[in-house]
Amino acid sequence: MAASEAQSGAGNPIYRHRRRVNRVMMMLSFAALAFGLFWLLWIIVTLLVQGAGSLRPELLLQMTPPPGERGGLANAIMGSLMMVGAAVALGTPIGILAGTYLAEYGKESWLAAATRFINDILLAAPSIIIGLFIYTVYVARLKHFSGWAGAFALAIIVIPVVVRTTDDMLKLVPNSLREAAVALGCPAWKMITMVSYRAAKAGILTGVLLAVARISGETAPLLFTALNNQFWSLNMNKPMANLPVVIFQFAMSPYEDWQRLAWGGAALITLLVLGINIVARTILGGTK
Amino acid sequence: MNKVTTTEQLMLGDASAAGYRHQVRHRLLDVVFHNVTRAVAFLVLVLLGAILVALLIGSWPSITKFGAAFLVSDEWDPVQENFGALIPIVGTLVTSLIALAIAIPVSFGIAVFLTELAPVWLRRPLGTAIEMLAAIPSIIYGMWGLFVFAPVFREYVQPALIATFGKLPVIGALFAGPPIGIGMLTAGVILAVMVIPFVAAVMRDVFDLVPPLLKESAYGLGSTTWEVVWHVVLPFTRAGVVGGIMLGLGRALGETMAVTFVIGNAQRLSASLLAPGNSIASALANEFTEAVGELHTSALVELGLILFLITTIVLACSKVMLLRLSRREGTRS
Repeated sequence: MAASEAQSGAGNPIYRHRRRVNRVMMMLSFAALAFGLFWLLWIIVTLLVQGAGSLRPELLLQMTPPPGERGGLANAIMGSLMMVGAAVALGTPIGILAGTYLAEYGKESWLAAATRFINDILLAAPSIIIGLFIYTVYVARLKHFSGWAGAFALAIIVIPVVVRTTDDMLKLVPNSLREAAVALGCPAWKMITMVSYRAAKAGILTGVLLAVARISGETAPLLFTALNNQFWSLNMNKPMANLPVVIFQFAMSPYEDWQRLAWGGAALITLLVLGINIVARTILGGTK
Repeated sequence: MNKVTTTEQLMLGDASAAGYRHQVRHRLLDVVFHNVTRAVAFLVLVLLGAILVALLIGSWPSITKFGAAFLVSDEWDPVQENFGALIPIVGTLVTSLIALAIAIPVSFGIAVFLTELAPVWLRRPLGTAIEMLAAIPSIIYGMWGLFVFAPVFREYVQPALIATFGKLPVIGALFAGPPIGIGMLTAGVILAVMVIPFVAAVMRDVFDLVPPLLKESAYGLGSTTWEVVWHVVLPFTRAGVVGGIMLGLGRALGETMAVTFVIGNAQRLSASLLAPGNSIASALANEFTEAVGELHTSALVELGLILFLITTIVLACSKVMLLRLSRREGTRS
């Protein structure tokens, strides 16, 4: 009975047409996924092939060379580490406190709703505009580019990422935990720091990691803030070398050995960023 | 006995006095913590406004000098100090629209595959792989685009496009000129790859919001997978899908480094998509540190202001659309 129905269905031209459309669409959908993965593979393979030759200890140990000489990216890597470190140190507490307000106090109030709305816009705002903002309020006032300016610009990119994840992760903490603490006579600030934060620790840490990954490769906001520096400098009040801007400058240069260094730096940064992302996602997968 | 009572009262009084001090301290800390977090949240809230005001002040000399003509003039002459934003605005819009034209169908396909077709154990790894496209820094896209993609595009894709469409009456103008690899079309294609993960992630998330009951009812009536997606899932999630597309548009409009490498930075208006052009973000990246006069800097800041306004409006629309869907979801359950 069922078989004969299926057979008569298969013989029906309308049904055959619907099946055919379905098959074509599902194949296109698979092709779309393959299309996406194809670019990912192409880019990663390119980086490994082009960058492999430069991924040697010198890359980490020697200074950026003048054209035609051998060298590495040590000063740029150090500058990037310092600026990323300062940006995370500045942006993380602000992000966590604001996220705490949204999830624990503000909840659905107008201030919380408006802040979430603005925060989501900041999250996707063009990073070059952030650089321009720091330029107009900081660099133009002081009349010189500096590592601090770069760190401030990166911190503004860190804040929305951390706000968003802190808010989301604190919302996942079950209310019964909070109620248990409050029922024992625990004041709200202690409940938040001792119960909510501990329960959401992994998630909040993930947010910070994702923020680090996001800013490690950011170039545009550093162009008019930290600028660049050919020499080894740990002074955050001076223009500072950093990996993304050096990659940009070297890649656009006509010198082959500079371009080779740029590929090395590009491979380094991409492996780092993808690695952090995978670690962060694994932590996040564990908490859900 | 009388004495004992007094001692008891005394002890109790002592304990409650200590408890009272304890309570006062905690209440104070509570108030401080609450207000510090609120103040910081408020700081985040005003940040957007602060950026707007700073850019407005920075671009004031240019706004007063050129007025509304800035938006429609295609002059960009640092020597004569005569500036207009038409070419970068057009370049930004054209590259972003090319990106969306490619990214919308592809992201839709990816989202359908990840929510309806892929076996459950494969969904997470495949989704993560697509999201990795968003994690790659934009400067990497730029370098790869200039050194690897553009030559391939010039050798194989552009000649084919010119041969196919170049002779057609109207569309032909879009594909005129020699294949040089870099240009607006190349920038658009690379932008498409960069926004696909954002659009696909939003589409996948909103497709997951569709109540299984609705889909199962359609399947039960004999619908094919495609019919369920097209007639049930898509109408239910339309607001969210549009929100995801707007998010992608916002990302594409403001993308800097990838575009800077491949757009060609030419200060001229051309109908052909194969011709080099300029975008707001890449004009800033290329010229800002080399700008000499106050007016040149100010004109560049005004370009930034325009970009910021456009992206903020687009992203706000995106957010409103997504909120609308989640609110509907909230009332339903």
